Amino acid sequence: MGFDALWVLAEPSETGFTSTSLELLTKAAELSPSVTAITWGAGGDDLADVAGRYGATSLIHLGDLGSVLPAGPVAETLATLLASTTATALLTPGSYDGRDIAGRLSARLQRPVLTNVTGLRDDNGLVTEHPLFGGTEIATARVTTPGVAIVVVRPKSFAAAEGSTPPAALRREAPVNTQRNATITASYREERNGPALEDAAIVVSGGRGLGSAEAFASVAEVATLLGGAPGASRAIVDAGWVPYSYQVGQTGKTVKPTVYIACGISGATQHLVGMKGSQHIVAINKDPDAPIFSIADFGVVGDVTSVLPALAAALRARG
Amino acid sequence: MHVAVCVKQIPDPAVAGSLDQQFHLNRSGKVLLDEADTYGVEVALQLVEAAGGGDVTLVSMGDASDVTGFRSALAMGATSAIVVSDPALRGADALTTAQVLAAVIAPLNADLVLCATESSDGYTGTVPTQVAELLSWPALTYATKVSTDDGTVRISRQTEAGFDDVESSTPAVVTVTAGSVEPRYANFKGIMAAKSKTIDIRTLADLGLTVAPQEVVDSVTKAPTREAGTKIVDDGTSAQAIISFLESIKVL
Repeated sequence: MGFDALWVLAEPSETGFTSTSLELLTKAAELSPSVTAITWGAGGDDLADVAGRYGATSLIHLGDLGSVLPAGPVAETLATLLASTTATALLTPGSYDGRDIAGRLSARLQRPVLTNVTGLRDDNGLVTEHPLFGGTEIATARVTTPGVAIVVVRPKSFAAAEGSTPPAALRREAPVNTQRNATITASYREERNGPALEDAAIVVSGGRGLGSAEAFASVAEVATLLGGAPGASRAIVDAGWVPYSYQVGQTGKTVKPTVYIACGISGATQHLVGMKGSQHIVAINKDPDAPIFSIADFGVVGDVTSVLPALAAALRARG
Repeated sequence: MHVAVCVKQIPDPAVAGSLDQQFHLNRSGKVLLDEADTYGVEVALQLVEAAGGGDVTLVSMGDASDVTGFRSALAMGATSAIVVSDPALRGADALTTAQVLAAVIAPLNADLVLCATESSDGYTGTVPTQVAELLSWPALTYATKVSTDDGTVRISRQTEAGFDDVESSTPAVVTVTAGSVEPRYANFKGIMAAKSKTIDIRTLADLGLTVAPQEVVDSVTKAPTREAGTKIVDDGTSAQAIISFLESIKVL
């Protein structure tokens, strides 16, 4: 069992690779003795140590792409490199750039792309698992034509495990970039007081039950008081109350915190797929029949606009 | 200025979804314009207005026996629609969808193609960049703001850390995040005008395309379920009850 070779898109972060990239490297090493990671950006040769510890046997580093949006050149280079391999699959994180790269690569290689994958195994070939209808059902799929499969994996589908394996063999490769590009002319960081939504141990999310954009302040306050991060349902992102980056769910982020507190969120399937893996779930909702209560460990039938300020006050009082 | 907007009719999200024998999403009920597409339609209308006029062409793939969803985008102000509807496309994968959309878009001479970041039913989120690659165009993705100016398109792009200003020459593909603009409501005049706007329905043969699926769903099984726990009714002391629960699981 196992595949001859797998490739992983190891997306750069300020500290090395993104957490989803490390999850994919770990999983790939479980399924194949030959794991090639590909990365880009300002990171140095020490990335080969990191990639190696998480299971990569080699690391291809495309270097700094300057101001070019990565998807174009990374996909074009990957298409060239993958053409001369027998890799079963390229695994990419289901991130902004990961999805863009997978799409471009798929079209360039005329290979199918399997998306929103939450499970991978070898069963006479690569079998992928995909959550349907908010994760109430799981579909398994496979590619039916010979060649590399492009697999976009949801964050937090696998655990990242650091070992004592040797550094990956490092190869510097110049990016191939023959197309018209989109370029980044300026970058802005959003001020964040607490942890990132995907990494927070406690997530407090708000939904339409808040009644108004202003009421989201109490969600954010409780999140801060608990040392967690605020999140949101799609309904209030669509309504423009909070930015897209707050969205938890099918089309947003996947979180698996120690505790998830859903405030005024009914629990549409589109939301549940992004948070049902949480260790503990607390729900506050006016509607006693809201679907969110069917998966909550602790539910409060009540108005979030009074429960949340009371919770904030009680947490402040604890100091 | 000519803006093409990729749109999709989806089963009513308020009705629980189901699969048919071939594991395809059951689309036999009422269909609606995907709400995620209304942002792209609105951005397209605003860009054309800012440019002093032009056309907004809707481009779609899917069953066209019910066109209610397309009519609602036309009622917002889009000029016309082109829909590729063919039984061979039932259950088409993302790459096939992109090939069909790109084949429609290529001869349009559009300055921009706008798409949602992903559809609300299939949500692969890869079709826009697949279309861009098939057309050899840049893709400016996850836009929260879009503007155009004399052959250049500029967006604010959502990133993990914040946002980036991104630009390219046109033509280009732009994906628009939900909530980025407030989609207009169709007024009575718009609804009446939409009734006589063209919805051009084409087959794969019209496009000179053949398609071959490259992936298959093997099985669909029930996922393990979570058990519901304690549920209390707020009597003014539930904040304390939540704190006690958080203490019991040792996060406080």
